[in-house]
Amino acid sequence: MAEPLLRVHDLRTYFYTENGVARSVDGVSFEIGAGETVGLVGESGCGKSVTALSLMRLIRPPGRIEPGSEIRFDGKELVTLDEKSMRAVRGAHIAMVFQEPMTALNPVFSVGDQIAEVVRVHHGGSKREAWRRAVEMLETVGIPSPEQRAHEYPHQLSGGMRHRDHHALALVMNPALVIADEPTTALDVTIQAQILELLRELQQKFGTSILLITHDLGVVAETVSRVIVMYGGEIVEEAPVGELFARSHHPYTEGLLAAMPHVGQERDRLATIPGSVPPPTMWPNGCRFHDRCPYAWERCVAEHPPLYQIGEHHISRCHLAEEPERRAHPHEPAAAKAGA
Amino acid sequence: MTPPLLSVRGLVKHFPIKKGIFGKTAGAVRAVDGVSFEVFPGETLGLVGESGCGKSTTGRMILRLIEPTAGSIEFDGVDLVQLDGKSLRQLRRRMQVIFQDPFSSLNPRMTVGAIIREGLTIHKLAEGAAADARVKQLLDEVGLRAEYTTRYPHEFSGGQRQRIGIARALAVEPNFIVCDEPVSALDVSVQAQVINLMQDLQRDRGLAYLFIAHDLSVVEHIADRVAVMYLGKIVELASSEDLYREPLMPYTQALLSAVPVPDPTVTKSRVVLTGDVPSPANPPSGCVFHPRCQHPAKDAACAAVVPPLEEKAPGHWVACIKQPPTTVEWPVQQAAGGTKPPERYLPVLGAAV
Repeated sequence: MAEPLLRVHDLRTYFYTENGVARSVDGVSFEIGAGETVGLVGESGCGKSVTALSLMRLIRPPGRIEPGSEIRFDGKELVTLDEKSMRAVRGAHIAMVFQEPMTALNPVFSVGDQIAEVVRVHHGGSKREAWRRAVEMLETVGIPSPEQRAHEYPHQLSGGMRHRDHHALALVMNPALVIADEPTTALDVTIQAQILELLRELQQKFGTSILLITHDLGVVAETVSRVIVMYGGEIVEEAPVGELFARSHHPYTEGLLAAMPHVGQERDRLATIPGSVPPPTMWPNGCRFHDRCPYAWERCVAEHPPLYQIGEHHISRCHLAEEPERRAHPHEPAAAKAGA
Repeated sequence: MTPPLLSVRGLVKHFPIKKGIFGKTAGAVRAVDGVSFEVFPGETLGLVGESGCGKSTTGRMILRLIEPTAGSIEFDGVDLVQLDGKSLRQLRRRMQVIFQDPFSSLNPRMTVGAIIREGLTIHKLAEGAAADARVKQLLDEVGLRAEYTTRYPHEFSGGQRQRIGIARALAVEPNFIVCDEPVSALDVSVQAQVINLMQDLQRDRGLAYLFIAHDLSVVEHIADRVAVMYLGKIVELASSEDLYREPLMPYTQALLSAVPVPDPTVTKSRVVLTGDVPSPANPPSGCVFHPRCQHPAKDAACAAVVPPLEEKAPGHWVACIKQPPTTVEWPVQQAAGGTKPPERYLPVLGAAV
C-alpha cells in the first residue's frame, strides 16, 4: 500500500501549566489517505482541537509537542521541520478552517486582498494574477458576483457568505489536507447544509483530504467515511462510519450516540453520560473513562486498556473486547453516585 | 379549556436606524413584526428559526427586558406592557429566564450561594437560615452538591453553570421560564443531562417554558407545540408531532430537511435554500419567504399578498396562501397577479421526517 497522505504516530502534546502537566493529546496515532474524509469527535476538552493545532504546528508555550511524536505529511516529518519550511506547508499544503470566520478574517482588508495575499506569499507572481485567482476562488465557493464581492470587507458580508470566504481563503492554494475545526458549529442548519455541501463539492473537484472535527454526530454521519472518537487525550475508538453507528463498541461512543436527540425519534428520556470530562492535568488512572462508564469493573480502574482490534478496520480502547459478557450488566457509574 | 398563562397579541419591535449627525430616523429594523401566540400552564412552546429571525427579541420582550413597539403581552390576565416598575417587579417573580451563555450570565464575583439567594432576598421570600436551607435544597434539586454554595462560577463546567442558572431561576418559584438557547453551548452528553433536568422540573412543578432554540432536534424532543419564525413573523405553529411529521410551510420544510441525520445508512433528499435571509430592515413584500420559496405554485400573488397565519388543519397554523385551504380565495390571488392555483405541496424529505 502506498504511504498515506498523513500519518500521525504517538503524538503527544503537553502543556506545562502551574497546575501541573496537561496531557491534552496523549499518544494519538492515525492516518488519513489522499481524498479521504475523516471525522474526529468527542466532547470539549478531549483533545480534538489540540490535535488539529499540533498538525499545523501552532502549539505555543507552555505547550509543546513532545519528542518522539511523529507527524508524517506527504513524505515530510513535520515535528522536526524548521519554522521557515513549516510556514511553506501551512496554508499551501495543509489549511485550516475555523469555527468563527469573523475572527479568522482580517477586518481591515477586503476579502479579495486577503485571498490574493495568500497566493502571493506562497506562489509569488503579480498582484493582478493573484487578484484574478482570488476572484476565481470566490466564484468556486459560490459567492454571487465575485468581482464586486472581492472588494468588500468581512463585516459587509452575511454569516453564510463569510463562511464561504473563509473557505476560499483556506482552499485557494489547493491544499492536500484541510483541517476543519467545528466549521459548522453555531451555524443555522440551512447554512450548515450549504457549507457541508460546499466541502463535499470541493473535495470531489480537487481530491482534498479533510479532517473534520466536530461534536455533532449528525454531521459526521452525513459527511465522513471514517470516524475517530477521542476521550481524555486518547483515541478510544476508530471505525468506518457505518460500522461505528451500527456497532459502536466503546461505552463512550455508545453514550454519545444515545445522548443525541434526533428528529423523528420517540420522545422518551434522553440517555446521558453522567459527570463531565476531567481536566487534562488529572486524567484518571486505568481507563480514563471508568468513572463515567456503566460497565466499569476493577480491571478498568487498575489497568489502562490498549486499543483492541474489534473488526478489520475497527479498534476500541475498552476491556470489554476481552470480557464481552460484562456488557450484559450495566450499573450506575461512579460519577453518577458522586453527584454531577 | 384552561385559560392560557401567557397570551401575546400582535407583538412588534422595530429598532430605528439613525442616520446623520442629528440622528434622524432613516428606517427601521423590523425585528419582530406582529407575533401572536399563547403558552398554557405546564406546557413547552418551542420557538425556532434562524439567527436574526427575532426569536430572542420576542423572548426578551415578554420579560420586558426590551420594550415592545406595539402589541400586548398578557400574563395570567395582566397586560405586562401597561405595568409600572413596581408591579412589574412583583410579576417578574413568576416569570424567569435562563440564558444561553452559562459563562457571561453568572456574576463572576458572587458565590453560587449568593447568586441563588439574591432572588429570595429581593422578593423577600426567605431570610437567614431559612434562605440558606432553601439554597441548599435548590442546589440539590438541580443535581449539584450543597457544599457548592461558597464556590464561584469559574470553578464549574458549562453544564454545571447552566444548572446554577436553572437553580437561580427556580429560587423565586416561577410559573413560566423563558429559556433562550439554554443548551446550545453544551456538549451533547451534558446537553442531555440539562434537558432531562428541565423536563423533570417541569413535571414536578408544572412549569411552562418558552423554549427558544435553533436546534430543531432538541426542540422536537422537549416542546409540546412549536412556532417557526422567519424574518420577525411566525410562519407556522403546530403541535410538535404535526410539525415534524407534516410541515406545511415551505420554509419549515427546508429547515427540517437541512437537519443532519445521525444515521449513515439514510440518504436524504434535501430542499436546499439558496441565498441568505433578507435584511429585516428591508423585508420582501407579500410573503417574506417568497424570494427563496420552493413551492411549485409560487407566483406573483406571493409577492403581493401578506399571507395570514391560518388554521389549515386542527391546531396546525400556517402562513402560506398556496397551501390549501386558504382564506385568500383563488379569485383574490388572481387579482393580485396569481397564475397558479394553490395546491398541496409536501416534499418527501427522507426518513428523517
